Amino acid sequence: MKDCAFDLHIHSALSPCAEDSSTPDVMAGLFALSGFDVIALTDHNSCGNCAAFLRACEHYGILGIPGMELNTSEEVHVVCLFPELAAAEDFSEYVYSKLPDIKNRSRIFGNQIYCSESGQPLREEEKLLISATEIGIYEVSDLVEERCGIAYPAHIDRQANSLLYNLGFWDGGMGFEIAEISMRCPDDFADSRPDIEGLPLIRGSDAHRMEQIPEKPLQHLPVEELSAQAVIDALRHLKKT
Amino acid sequence: MTVSELAEKMELEVFCLGDPEHGIDSAYCGDLLSWVMGRAEMDNVWFTIMSNQNVAAVAVMTDLSCIVLTEGVKPDEQLLERAKTEGLNLLGTSLSTYRAAAAFAKLEDSPE
Repeated sequence: MKDCAFDLHIHSALSPCAEDSSTPDVMAGLFALSGFDVIALTDHNSCGNCAAFLRACEHYGILGIPGMELNTSEEVHVVCLFPELAAAEDFSEYVYSKLPDIKNRSRIFGNQIYCSESGQPLREEEKLLISATEIGIYEVSDLVEERCGIAYPAHIDRQANSLLYNLGFWDGGMGFEIAEISMRCPDDFADSRPDIEGLPLIRGSDAHRMEQIPEKPLQHLPVEELSAQAVIDALRHLKKT
Repeated sequence: MTVSELAEKMELEVFCLGDPEHGIDSAYCGDLLSWVMGRAEMDNVWFTIMSNQNVAAVAVMTDLSCIVLTEGVKPDEQLLERAKTEGLNLLGTSLSTYRAAAAFAKLEDSPE
C-alpha cells in the first residue's frame, strides 16, 4: 500500500471559466511541483484535453487520471473519473451529443481551448460546454460504471451546482458512494446533515487558475499501486474516517 | 413599461441599474440557468433566486430587460460586479417568485 497525495478536480483552458493560461501541461507541472502524486483533469462536460493532460503528467512523473465534471439536467455537477483514456473519450462523445446546441460567446463565458501536450492552442470548441446536459442525475452512475469509472457529486457544500442545494437531500438511489466537498468546507459540515451521515467525503480544489492550486496536498489515499484503476478502486472502498 | 418604472411600481430594491430605460416585454421565472437560457425571451423580466455570477452571463446572452432576485436574496459580490460591468439591471424583492410574478402580471394588465 502506498499513500498518495491527490486532487481529482482540476480544470484546464477548455473550461470557459478557466484562464486561457491554465493549459493542461501548466496545471500538471504546477501540481507536480506542489507535491501531488495523482491528479485528474475534469473540464466541464468534456474530456477533450485529457490526452494532452495525461502525457503532460507522465512527463512530470505524476499519475494523471482522465475525467470530466458533468453538468446534469438538474444543473448538478458530478465528477466522473475513468481508468482509461479511451473510456473517458467515449463518455465525452456521448455527453457532447447530450449538450444543447448553444454557441459559446467567449466574451461572456470565456474561451474553450483544446491544447497540445506542450500547451499550444489547437482549436476552440464552439458549443458552450458549461450548459446543462440532457443527462439526469439518476442516470450518471450507470453511464460511468459501464465505462468502468466512478462518479460522485462535486462540491456538495456549495450553493451553486451542488446536489444538496439543487435537489434538497441525498438519495442513495442515485448510486453515488462518495461525495466531494470544496476546499473551504468546514470539517463538521456533515454533522448537521443526517442524510449524508457516514458518507465518505473527499476534497477537490476545483482549480481553474494557477493561483488556485493548493500549496501542498491536504489529503492522501491508500492505493495498491499508482494507477488510475487502483485510485478508482480505492475511492470505491473509502470508509468514513 | 421601462425597468425604472417597474422598480418604482413594485418597490424593488436596486442593486444596479445600468440601463434603466430598457423596455419590458413579459417575464420568465426560473432557477435552472440552462432553462432560462433556452426559454426566456428578449426584454423579459427574469424572476429568480439564483445569485451567482452566471446569472449575469445568462442575462446578457438572452438580452433580458432586468433580473429580479426574489425571496430577499442578495446578489453575491461577483454577480454585482459583473452586472455593473455589463451595464445590467439587477433588482430585488422580498416577495416569493410566485408573488412577484403575480404582481408583475397585474401591472402588465393594467392600462398605463
